[in-house]
Amino acid sequence: MECKKQTIIPFGPQHPVLPEPIHLDLVLEDEKVVEAIPSIGFIHRGLEKLVEKKDFIEYVYVAERICGICSFIHGMTYCIAIEEIMKIDVPQRAHFLRVIWSELSRIHSHLLWLGLMADAFGFESLFMQSWRIRERILDIIEETTGGRVIFGSSKVGGVRRDISKEKMKEIVERLKGYEKEIKELTNVFIKDASVKHRLCGVGIVSKEDAYALGAVGPTARGSGIVSDMRKLGYAAYNEIDFEPIVESAGDSYARCMVRIKEIFQSIDIIAQATEKLVDGPIDVKVSGTPNGEFFARSEQPRGEAVYYIKANGTKFLDRVRVRTPTFANIAPLLKILPGASLADVPVLVLTIDPCISCTER
Amino acid sequence: MIKEQNLITINADELLSQVEKLKNSGHRLIQICCTKIADTIEVNYSFDKNYSFTNLRVILPSEAPGIDSVSAVYLQALLYENEMHDLFGVEVKNMAIDYKGTFYRTSIKTPFNPPAEKN
Repeated sequence: MECKKQTIIPFGPQHPVLPEPIHLDLVLEDEKVVEAIPSIGFIHRGLEKLVEKKDFIEYVYVAERICGICSFIHGMTYCIAIEEIMKIDVPQRAHFLRVIWSELSRIHSHLLWLGLMADAFGFESLFMQSWRIRERILDIIEETTGGRVIFGSSKVGGVRRDISKEKMKEIVERLKGYEKEIKELTNVFIKDASVKHRLCGVGIVSKEDAYALGAVGPTARGSGIVSDMRKLGYAAYNEIDFEPIVESAGDSYARCMVRIKEIFQSIDIIAQATEKLVDGPIDVKVSGTPNGEFFARSEQPRGEAVYYIKANGTKFLDRVRVRTPTFANIAPLLKILPGASLADVPVLVLTIDPCISCTER
Repeated sequence: MIKEQNLITINADELLSQVEKLKNSGHRLIQICCTKIADTIEVNYSFDKNYSFTNLRVILPSEAPGIDSVSAVYLQALLYENEMHDLFGVEVKNMAIDYKGTFYRTSIKTPFNPPAEKN
């Protein structure tokens, strides 16, 4: 039997489809990938180590800077872990505000991903339209927090900023208005033949493989796994009526459909949270220092994030460990790449919505 | 609201059998991480089933820490185990794929907590 000649092509860390650096050594036979060997760490920032120099109150700012896309949820998850250790009773209004900002983050992240995906398969006008609508979500974020990337709104014991009921009603009206435009945009992803040609049947992860490989977020739900950490009921999600969006095909198109449907779901969740937004304080005074440990889990746009906090009774924590959703989704990515053609690799890498910034915390 | 967390400390030689039990009962491996506490390294294996959380903890000496791989049970563990090896210097035996220290390509030499030099 003749052995086929193998070629190793380095993919990344700098690649047009990657906004951030990850490296894959692609082992190819002709145009077909037979193995992918990952390496990360090119922009490892040592933010977990910073916990030795920043006290547990200051560290919220560091946690928010772990990611520039889901920064609010990073800060919030860190705060939840500390609040659980210190048994802090966060006011209900702060819980609902956390839900609202989390869902705004999800909408803008999914619109960002739609744009990046359109760019990856060369549909430039679709890329620009996705980001045009995303810009309006960023405007809302800026109006309510003062920031477009880093919200600076999380704090241990609640939130730093309030949003009036009138402002929230106006925001919900605006989001409902954007729904029509988002539907027009997403209809292209759903129906266009050239988009479907690149996504349908490409990069299939079976439900069994997704579970066995620890897939999270839209990568897991696109393979039929009903798992959404918002169902844990953190913040005020226990008072919101929603069900995880699940698709069963397990291909790139299914993962895309999950994200599209989640945009509309997030708008609905924001509307529900606005309806239920109770009057009252937005934070409580925090006194003392944490002593104990907790694993906080939240649902970021890319999936489950885990914050492990170990405190020793001083103002400096023993350990902050962040397991990001992208790290969890590297294993499924390594499963779908073998057998794919080289031309599909950029699309497949993007279908897990990689956020290397988070992963290189 | 947030469910109780089940934190269990076990011996290193019990690890594989305990992880197999969790796998057979349908648990998903969430993550593996290391924490350096004084002269020990705590290794946490976190699992989920229907949103309930279970954590197995193994405590290793910080001097020449070693542990068995669980990647034969949960394949994706190999990424966490390569991370443990690269960043914390934990020797993980029988990994499904050993990247031999090339998984993390940081500009600063790893592991970040090398054992103290002997005088």
